[in-house]
Amino acid sequence: MPVGLLGRKVGMTQVYGEDGVIIPVTVVEAGPCTVLQVRTSDRDGYEAVQIGYDDKLSEADKKRSAEERNRARATRAQRGQVVQLSSKRQKRLKASGVEPLPKADCEPKRFIREFRTNGEDHGCSVGDVLTAGVFADVNFVDVIGTSKGRGTAGVMKRHNFAGQRASHGVKKVHRHPGGIGAHASNLGCSGGIKKGKRMAGQYGNARCTVRHLRVVRVDEENNMILVKGAIPGPNGGFVVVRKTNKAK
Amino acid sequence: MHRLIQLAEESSLRENPLNFEIGDTVDVHTRILEGTKERIQIFSGVVIARSGAGVRETFTVRRIVAGEGVERTFPLHSPKVAEVEVKRHARVKRAKLYYLRDRIGKATRLTERRAKTPAAKTKK
Repeated sequence: MPVGLLGRKVGMTQVYGEDGVIIPVTVVEAGPCTVLQVRTSDRDGYEAVQIGYDDKLSEADKKRSAEERNRARATRAQRGQVVQLSSKRQKRLKASGVEPLPKADCEPKRFIREFRTNGEDHGCSVGDVLTAGVFADVNFVDVIGTSKGRGTAGVMKRHNFAGQRASHGVKKVHRHPGGIGAHASNLGCSGGIKKGKRMAGQYGNARCTVRHLRVVRVDEENNMILVKGAIPGPNGGFVVVRKTNKAK
Repeated sequence: MHRLIQLAEESSLRENPLNFEIGDTVDVHTRILEGTKERIQIFSGVVIARSGAGVRETFTVRRIVAGEGVERTFPLHSPKVAEVEVKRHARVKRAKLYYLRDRIGKATRLTERRAKTPAAKTKK
């Protein structure tokens, strides 16, 4: 199954394994995800499955039934992706001889990602709903999320530098990086600081992948999976879960 | 607590809650694995603390072994804790009996409290 799932990090807790040993787990709400588009090499130049998670609804729309909702909160492009085939515009297009593309006919989604399939048979068609059951016989997964943003951080927090001593004559540079290397061109260097030198700067709020996490439990009914260990991002953050690509 | 976290923890919670209170003298029966055989080990002492909540709750039992104070903390919901047998109730005024750590000998005695009902014996 090459296609993974989109979901939300719920939080961490612990459960007991079969041998009575505590396993630290992260609860992930994975799915339900709707297949929005299927990319084919003929039409798009590559093969992928595009899925969406979490309806993009205004507070007022949440209370309305599916027919009464207006999709004003979504962008025009998002509305177009999930348009109802019975809509006036689609009918007009059809009448004028344009073949309508398959549309999912669901609420616009908040979180959309594509999974490359590279010619493998994924068995998905537009409008399908994927649940956590896709991980039923998967032992290990990768989780991709956005790490917690820490703003501008010094080298000790950002790169685990050791800093300098607290005493013995160190003056106001206790958390400084120290020397950043000789950079005179006559010393055989480039005449500048080496590219990629680790320094202070923006830390976190970046895409982050944690690979090879054990799947402890899959609850298809509640679209819940438990993975052993921590995953990036705050509770409530969006994550991508896929079968691990790490060979072990 | 989030609905899903509750759901995840549900299966790890003890089916029959253990019945004991702070200050009770208890025998804690723990399952330990020796090679391939499982046997029960008993740790007896005074319950001096319960901490945490939900699936993370633990309790601490203190006893004196060869003149040295020994404390063991057990996860309340661990399947390794087979049984907690209450031997004696005591009248205590605190939720944490850490003051017992500073006392030795006769000073560690707690006033016995006779329960109205016989000491509850719980089994998972």
